[in-house]
Amino acid sequence: MSTSAETELKTAPSPPRRRSAMKWLLDAGLRRNMGLILALVLLAVLGTVTAGDRFADSNNVMTIVRLAAVTGVVSIGATFVITIAGIDLSVGAILALSAVWATTLSGQAFADSTSWIFMALTAMGVGAAAGLVNGILIAYGKVVSFITTLAMMAAARGLAEIISDKKTQIITVDGFLETVGGNLFGVPVIVLVFVFVAVGGWVLLNRTTFGRRTFAIGGNPEAARLAGIKVERHTMAIYALAGLCAGIGAFMLMARTTTGSATHGTGLELDVIAAVVIGGTLLTGGRGSIFGTVLGVLIFSTLTNIFTLNNLSLSVQLVAKGAIIVIAVLIQRQLAARQSRT
Amino acid sequence: MSDDEATGAAPSRAHLLEMRGIEKRFPGIIALQDVSFEVSAGEVHCLLGQNGAGKSTLIKVLAGAHRPNEGQILLDGKEVGFSSPDDAIKAGIGTMYQELDLVETLTVAENIFLGHEKSRGGFSSRRAEQLEAARLLAGLGHPEISPDMEVGSLSAAGQQIVSMARALSREVRLIIMDEPSAVLDSEEVRNLFDTVRRLTAGGVAVIYISHRLEEIRVIGDRITVLKDGRAVASNLPVSETPNVELIKLMTGRSITNVFPPVAAVAPDAAEVLSVTDLVVAPGHEPISFSVRAGEVLGLAGLVGSGRSEILGAIYGTTKPVSGAVGIDGRKLRPGSTVSAVNAGMGLCPEERKSQALLLDDTLVANFTLASIGRYATAGFTSGKREYQASMEQVRKLELRPADPAREARTLSGGNQQKVVLGRWLSHGCRVLLLDEPSRGVDVGARSEIYNLIAGLSRAGIAIVVVSSELEEVLGLCHEVLVVSENRIVHRAPAGELSEHQILDLVMEGTTL
Repeated sequence: MSTSAETELKTAPSPPRRRSAMKWLLDAGLRRNMGLILALVLLAVLGTVTAGDRFADSNNVMTIVRLAAVTGVVSIGATFVITIAGIDLSVGAILALSAVWATTLSGQAFADSTSWIFMALTAMGVGAAAGLVNGILIAYGKVVSFITTLAMMAAARGLAEIISDKKTQIITVDGFLETVGGNLFGVPVIVLVFVFVAVGGWVLLNRTTFGRRTFAIGGNPEAARLAGIKVERHTMAIYALAGLCAGIGAFMLMARTTTGSATHGTGLELDVIAAVVIGGTLLTGGRGSIFGTVLGVLIFSTLTNIFTLNNLSLSVQLVAKGAIIVIAVLIQRQLAARQSRT
Repeated sequence: MSDDEATGAAPSRAHLLEMRGIEKRFPGIIALQDVSFEVSAGEVHCLLGQNGAGKSTLIKVLAGAHRPNEGQILLDGKEVGFSSPDDAIKAGIGTMYQELDLVETLTVAENIFLGHEKSRGGFSSRRAEQLEAARLLAGLGHPEISPDMEVGSLSAAGQQIVSMARALSREVRLIIMDEPSAVLDSEEVRNLFDTVRRLTAGGVAVIYISHRLEEIRVIGDRITVLKDGRAVASNLPVSETPNVELIKLMTGRSITNVFPPVAAVAPDAAEVLSVTDLVVAPGHEPISFSVRAGEVLGLAGLVGSGRSEILGAIYGTTKPVSGAVGIDGRKLRPGSTVSAVNAGMGLCPEERKSQALLLDDTLVANFTLASIGRYATAGFTSGKREYQASMEQVRKLELRPADPAREARTLSGGNQQKVVLGRWLSHGCRVLLLDEPSRGVDVGARSEIYNLIAGLSRAGIAIVVVSSELEEVLGLCHEVLVVSENRIVHRAPAGELSEHQILDLVMEGTTL
């Protein structure tokens, strides 16, 4: 079969070329995200100028990434949701619920006597289950995602408060704190988890059938349905995935703060949506970029770092953040318009 | 695949597909009623009908996207019940929809293999898909379409080719093509026909939808004609059915409609709407006409002749190249619907549900949409006054049920059309543009719409009616313009024209 296909191809003026994976990555990734990379470089220059060596230090760079890790992981899940033109407001609350559930006294006692891994598994399981509930309501109950996840946002946070009795639960499982909170090959484990989830998310979105169908559902749900894709089941799976990412974020935050608390992840959903949107994923669906999301998260985290190093107040930081969101989206629209003209 | 097909055995004439008494109802309208026809292996079966005749609904029933309320679909003599498009695809039915089936943000290859991606263990095999896509496109005579182009960047014709490649990328026994030639030039149509012949030679059946009669002569074996959701003729052999017969079936009367008498326009009636040298789109001839108070002007012509585009340019939904539209001698701003509405123009568009109605809102909200300012004091709306005014419209229009608080969605097509008319009546308009006023209106309810239009004319409103139903144009209008290929080919008082004459004019002017 391959020989006949090859010969036919020779007659075609523009046959598909085989490109090396690396070159393709650089090509598409860099070109499409030029604006974001530029913004990150500008921020780096700004940081170096205002804070000097305190900024441009490898320890500080690791701090920036470490700060970005939790938001980053949750944002990967949100990229899938927003690519199918959905929204998930409940990720912060689901993170809190997962963290509280995984750090109950009985849970910790069980983990202590068996393995710390059960705390991570509990957090991930609770997150995925809450996400699944979102997914079922949205896909089969036909409740719009905004409302469903708004309800989940309230309910999950409330449930977390009930379970924890509004008390901060201190983690005493040494295995957990040492492993997830520690370093591996000199890199914080939560940063490694972030890298792992980001790479996994990229592969899932860009290299699998699942990802292809995600783009299709976001771009034209009716066309996807007519092509025989099970749109409901796929939609449900995507919200479950977003919940799972919130669960992963939960055990990362547990390790960073050594606690489980119902106040974890408060306001996280907005940071997540901001990062995904400035990363180039369209709220209208059909286009999504994991690489862009990672850059978006890093931009916000770098900004926070610069402000902290310069002892500027949180309020100023919020204003800057708002400005960046608007400017980034405006630049993207400009670039998109120019692209469609050529 | 192609080798087998070229040398395949002579197509057997067993019925591959049979539709029996198909009925499909939507809230407020019966879209299909008692539709039966059959398709044999290796046959090209043409479905003919005006817009809104039920062709698209029928396709969707066949493709598993709609479930019929009544009737049976038989494949190889066995009844099948498709509960999703997936079922139909698995049964070997491929569908080329007119527009909805491509994802513009995906590439050509990704679209072709959507739903049956080539993959190894869940990981997509881009390379294999691109090779296969290039092979399919080259086979269709379009090697210049690159598999990694984004579909949104292709022309309409290019997208049609991709849609075709997609249908062919699966094992199919029956392909449904919904107006595949609408966006193709003659060379591409020849390519398309070659492909159709290759498929049928291999025993694949094709359901071909088009309103271009000449194409059907070239490629079709049998024809089924749909009108108002019914099959007015099934399984006619193409070679024995003349064109005039087909057009009569498509446009002719299904039941005798009673038209109210057309009142003569007062001799001193003032000219209300004036269209002067209007060039609708680049390359079109300038169009001029005027309509007096109380006069009903009809634009007759087939679908795609440019009738609706003329209305759009007058109302300002599209900006004309040049020329002017005036009301009472005052010129409107070109391409501005605001200017048109403020000057007293109203439009009842062809696609009532998507272009005119707030389906989930009450009749009150629908009536007062264009004139909400009149029921408000300093910007605050008065629910009571709105309701009273709407109640008056409900009575005048004889809406059933007579309840202004109902949601528009729950009404029948005829009553929905009355609501759109009522909106412009509440607004107190001087010029009314009606695009296919009886589309989607049950045959029985049409005479009510006709009476309303006649009443508006008597009240001195200048009316322009666009319709594919020739008897409607002749029965409602004072004056008729025959439109063909974006030109006005004839103008005459309705009383001096017959359906036959209009048909001849339309056919003459159309380079089929």
